[in-house]
Amino acid sequence: MSDFRALFASPNFNISESFLPNINLQNQLNWAEEFIQNVVIPRLPEAVASHFPVEIGTVLVMFACAGIFVGLVPLLPLVLVLAERKVSARFQNRTGPMRVGPWGTLQTLADGVKLIFKEDFIPPQGDKFLFLLAPYIIFACSFAVFAAIPFSQGILVSDFNIGIFYIMAISSVIVMGVIMAGWSSNSKWSLLGSLRSAAQIVSYEIPLGLSILTVVMLVESLSMQEIVASQSNGVFSWLIFRTPFAFIAFFIFFISSIAEVNRTPFDLPEAESEIVAGFHTEYSGMRFALFFIAEYANMFAVSAIAVTLFLGGWEGVLPGYDILGGFPGFVIKSLALVFLMMWLRWTLPRLRVDQLMNLCWKYFIPIAFFNILGTGIWGLIFPEDTLISTAISCAIIYIGLIAAYKVAGRGLAQRPAPQPS
Amino acid sequence: MEFTLKTFIFYGFALMTIASALVVVTVRNIVHAAFSLMVTLFGVAGLYVFLQADFLAATQVIVYVGGILVLILFGVMMTSGHFEITTHVKSHAERWQILLGGVVSLALLMLLLTVIANTPAWKNLTDDGTELPPTTERIGELILNGQFLLPFEVVSVLLLVALIGAALISRKEVRD
Repeated sequence: MSDFRALFASPNFNISESFLPNINLQNQLNWAEEFIQNVVIPRLPEAVASHFPVEIGTVLVMFACAGIFVGLVPLLPLVLVLAERKVSARFQNRTGPMRVGPWGTLQTLADGVKLIFKEDFIPPQGDKFLFLLAPYIIFACSFAVFAAIPFSQGILVSDFNIGIFYIMAISSVIVMGVIMAGWSSNSKWSLLGSLRSAAQIVSYEIPLGLSILTVVMLVESLSMQEIVASQSNGVFSWLIFRTPFAFIAFFIFFISSIAEVNRTPFDLPEAESEIVAGFHTEYSGMRFALFFIAEYANMFAVSAIAVTLFLGGWEGVLPGYDILGGFPGFVIKSLALVFLMMWLRWTLPRLRVDQLMNLCWKYFIPIAFFNILGTGIWGLIFPEDTLISTAISCAIIYIGLIAAYKVAGRGLAQRPAPQPS
Repeated sequence: MEFTLKTFIFYGFALMTIASALVVVTVRNIVHAAFSLMVTLFGVAGLYVFLQADFLAATQVIVYVGGILVLILFGVMMTSGHFEITTHVKSHAERWQILLGGVVSLALLMLLLTVIANTPAWKNLTDDGTELPPTTERIGELILNGQFLLPFEVVSVLLLVALIGAALISRKEVRD
């Protein structure tokens, strides 16, 4: 494998890295403290210099990093909202927004301006303090997730030792914000929506966590950068192809993620035809916009996590080359998954609540446990990731897919034709 | 004592934990108490981070905030329309409750203070002054490979029993 890599490796090929800024927080902290120690303090008067807090540099860099992310990530929902409207329009044979800007590209901007100037309504019978607090909790947690996502070699806030575990912890707090919003609105739609959402998110966190565990067992690390580093040998070293169990885990992870971000076919918490808009029914103006931004940021975040865990992260398709690698490759892969989510949303009908819970507890959780067992056995048989193990894995995946296609096709063929009513 | 940024943030977390814990026990509204408990649990997670126990901190947030607290809120919202606990008459039994509760809390406080006093040093650095290595690997080694294997398995069997019990109680009777 390494000879193969050396054959293709070319030191100057990594174009994307050299042009993009390096915002790894851990590197910057040392730099900032050294700057203050060597440049700022010698120029200060004697009395101040001895008490000057060197860590102020740390704080400034932390705020700068947070500022970069909180400033740039909302641009993503701006694009994604428009994409969602355009995609849905094409699926329904419409054109979507066309008036504002060329092909309606500035529509979201116009909507944003409208939302900012709308009245900020607070239900008089509700709990004012919690009502005002809830959007911030959801917004903050959605953005805190981005701190651990490695966009490329250098573009990440911090490479936590417990990276993926931190992401799970922070995203589990979002439920609290949802419940808070639903309860404090003092509206039955909101309360019902938030209870549905809480039940759904808490349930689907289990298969989500178990499928992440499959990856952690293969990589033997929780750090996001190490997970990416273990997939650096081209497309067949991506974890999704490494074992057949990881392949199953990817689909469980992705479907559970869709449930986590409350999108169709799992959009019961926001079912328009049943409970208006769910937990954010009573919100208006900028607070509603915060929910909206958080939702689309979440969508991108779970796609980015799926890419990092299973689809090679910022590593490219060929070893040593930068095709579909680096920052642009990472974003392209994540946006492809986001598009898949939109595709599913505008194709599938909403599940009933019992179907939702059956799917989670009776299918996903047992399969996820089976995956963990299987990954353990696979690890005993193939302690090292070799060409042979990858070939066997890909063969099993291929046979499995064909078998699944045949079985599903037979099931569809046996289904009675719909009778005209 | 050296007053660095870390001490500053540490006292911030400590203050946050204690203040919100006080709100939990004094406020009348159960839902407010639950949300205040969220802040307390976050504060404790922050303190774990200061003790270099990163894995424990994340577990604290996942288990308590994302799991148990959600269940508490669920229970409160599903079961009662009134969130205020108000007592107008102090009955005989209630005085006894206050007395017993006070005794138990005092005993727990004494226990905790004894533990704190007898802990030799709150170490978050190794002996030669470097930061402790990440804990995740050591926790895994100890639980699955080392001296805590048996307690770990016993606890997991206990949880399994609780799970089966819950399923049995909530199951609908199916007649055939």
